[in-house]
Amino acid sequence: MEFNAVYVLVAREFKKFVRERSRLVSAIARPLIWLFLVGAGMSRLVSPTGGVSYTQFIFPGILGMTILFSSIFSSISIIWDKEFGFFKEILAAPVSRLSIVIGKGLSGTVVSTIQAAIVLLLFPVLGLKLGLVQIIAVLIIAIAVSFCISTFGILLATFYENYESFSVIMNFIVMPMFFLSGAMYPVKLLPKPLALATKLNPLTYGVDAFKNVIFPAEEGPMSADFSLATDMTVILILSFAFVVIAARLFERKK
Amino acid sequence: MPIIKVENLVKRYGSLTAVDGISFEVEEGTIFGFLGPNGAGKTTTINVLCTLISATSGKAFINGHDCEKEPSTVRKSIGIVFQDTTLDKDLTAYENLLFHAYLYGVKKSEIKTRVHDALNFVDLYDRRDDLVKKYSGGMKRRLEVARGLIHRPRVLFLDEPTLGLDPQSRANLWGVITEMPKKHNVTIFMTTHYMEEAEVCDKIAIIDSGKIIAEGSPDELKKIIGGDVISLKTRDNKWSQKEIKKLFNIDAEDKEGELYLTSNKGDACIPELIRGLGDMVLSVKLQRPTINDVFLKLTGKAIRDEDVSGMSNIKEEVRAYRRRH
Repeated sequence: MEFNAVYVLVAREFKKFVRERSRLVSAIARPLIWLFLVGAGMSRLVSPTGGVSYTQFIFPGILGMTILFSSIFSSISIIWDKEFGFFKEILAAPVSRLSIVIGKGLSGTVVSTIQAAIVLLLFPVLGLKLGLVQIIAVLIIAIAVSFCISTFGILLATFYENYESFSVIMNFIVMPMFFLSGAMYPVKLLPKPLALATKLNPLTYGVDAFKNVIFPAEEGPMSADFSLATDMTVILILSFAFVVIAARLFERKK
Repeated sequence: MPIIKVENLVKRYGSLTAVDGISFEVEEGTIFGFLGPNGAGKTTTINVLCTLISATSGKAFINGHDCEKEPSTVRKSIGIVFQDTTLDKDLTAYENLLFHAYLYGVKKSEIKTRVHDALNFVDLYDRRDDLVKKYSGGMKRRLEVARGLIHRPRVLFLDEPTLGLDPQSRANLWGVITEMPKKHNVTIFMTTHYMEEAEVCDKIAIIDSGKIIAEGSPDELKKIIGGDVISLKTRDNKWSQKEIKKLFNIDAEDKEGELYLTSNKGDACIPELIRGLGDMVLSVKLQRPTINDVFLKLTGKAIRDEDVSGMSNIKEEVRAYRRRH
């Protein structure tokens, strides 16, 4: 693996992220909208039995959503790069395909983790109490989840050649991934087919890991659905699989 | 040892044979021109040499390294300027070159000087902090040439480098390209379908429908046409015709009031003609054969007449093939 290539791919993404103010603004506005417009409204309808309010309940899901959108967006910029030719510059370089996948994966990880950290700052506003250990744990999980979703996004990007496919990915992959991640409702309350779909979604385990750390004492319907160990194992195994498959798919064309 | 060596290269996409058993060699430090109409197999050949695609059969070597078996070594020793721009338009010119330098693993202590030198070489240093999307077509192409040189390649591939540029930008880019072999110690491999550009090449290979149909220096290829054409206007064509036959044993053709004759050394022939014919001569014109004439003679079609739809058909077929596999 070439670290120079990994470094420069991440540096490029970071530079563009800082330069594009609109991307940053919308990245921060989206979670706010969900938390305070959807969450606040829904909490009038849903009154959980445990100690967690609905707005608090969706907070881990909103962290997951922030990561989902920014990671996928970062990774499928590969489709833009293909369309505008820049990807050829990367593919023609004396750099292993693995380095390209890791570099792009870490690019998404850096920008997603930054955004998740900004959203995390909202926890006192929602009446949540998090200790330093919990905050650090949330950030570590954010890094792992961001990498997993970013590499999944790279895998998606290998199947598409032009940016018309962007709306297809957003509507038929990203939005269902968000709704079927346990972000808005507990997985244990879902009907069987939906629960199964949710369990096949990598983001579910990320959101669940956040729930495990943010509501450690919660029992009852709003609690986490799996153990933290399960969540992290699934995320790491999936990340590894996505990296290997994506690197394979980037191999030379026939 | 030749810097590029291609042996019996074949590339098939399903039933379409894009490259059909070509062989050639390129000597170090020269400018090699790969000429042919659109869809002849030029870009496919470049893609094999640049290790972007695998050949169906045959071999290709760059600097002694097998393009199929040692892609990484080959990639380090080549620079590529693709037909379509491959710059990141949302980064500045400087950042684009920096990206390239890191990507190719240039030593950290050298990166800055190399990027500065490259920008100076193509005369873009003053515009280095502009976003590339603000650049004109000619500037982008020059920047790509500069980028291709950053990692000090042995061979620089230029795929239709002047396509779509205005005459001034073309001339400007030509200045840059012809300077490169000496200044940067690099061999140039370029494709073009602009005939007049091929004249500056040291060696040319003409490719048509995947096969090399002629190879040699521009002068050698022009000999295929049979020499230069001299056209004369005289006071008395009949008398001059007879005189030319008598003096040089050449049959001059009388076409629409002008006499045409061909000669291997047109420039040396003119003074003799004038000496022989004296003040009968009103005007003399020397026409040198162009590569286009060569192409016309070999294939029966002018290279520029080739319509673009032919190319897009082939590109479409290649894409469809890739989707299936």
